[in-house]
Amino acid sequence: MVYTIANICLVLMAISISVLFIRVVIGPTLSDRVAALDTIGINLIGFIGIIMLIQNTLAYSEVILVIAILAFIGSIALAKFIEGGVVFDRSSD
Amino acid sequence: MIEVVISIFLLLGAALTAIGSIGILRFPDVYGRLHAATKSATLGVISIMIGVFIYFLVVQGMFVGKFLLTILFVFLTAPVAGFMISKSAYNVGVELWDKSIQDDLGKDIKKYKQKGQNQ
Repeated sequence: MVYTIANICLVLMAISISVLFIRVVIGPTLSDRVAALDTIGINLIGFIGIIMLIQNTLAYSEVILVIAILAFIGSIALAKFIEGGVVFDRSSD
Repeated sequence: MIEVVISIFLLLGAALTAIGSIGILRFPDVYGRLHAATKSATLGVISIMIGVFIYFLVVQGMFVGKFLLTILFVFLTAPVAGFMISKSAYNVGVELWDKSIQDDLGKDIKKYKQKGQNQ
């Protein structure tokens, strides 16, 4: 029963990521695209979690953490970039 | 019995994630879209990870602390990322929806600039 429900949830997550990809393509401004890409990164965490439940393995548990960290750092860097600010501040004040 | 609990958590998480993505497609401006992205998708992923954690703890008999660490990390970092994106969008001049009636940050910025000119 859990595996059937997990497959249904996998289909729902795939539809959700496809809908977010529409927003990445048609987004009017750059901020819309960055927000949708950040949400795609968050959705991939749940996607890989359900894949771990279906395949009954713990092999992808580091992948989840790395994707979470990379989505956060990428969103912060892109937000700094579209503001025109300095991404890495090396001044000594 | 425990399968019912895991299934409820998984279905709740997937439904919240799908509702959040529909909100991102349908809201009129970038600030409303960030409202959908930050709250709904985060709660959906937290619910899915709780379901997977309970599955590996009860059915397989393994305590996996990385899932709890993932829940904590997503819970801490998703609001910070949403705040940074909305602040940069406001500074770069992305317009609000034409039917929105309140702009407290613009009012405060205007007041701050007037105070700087008087001194």
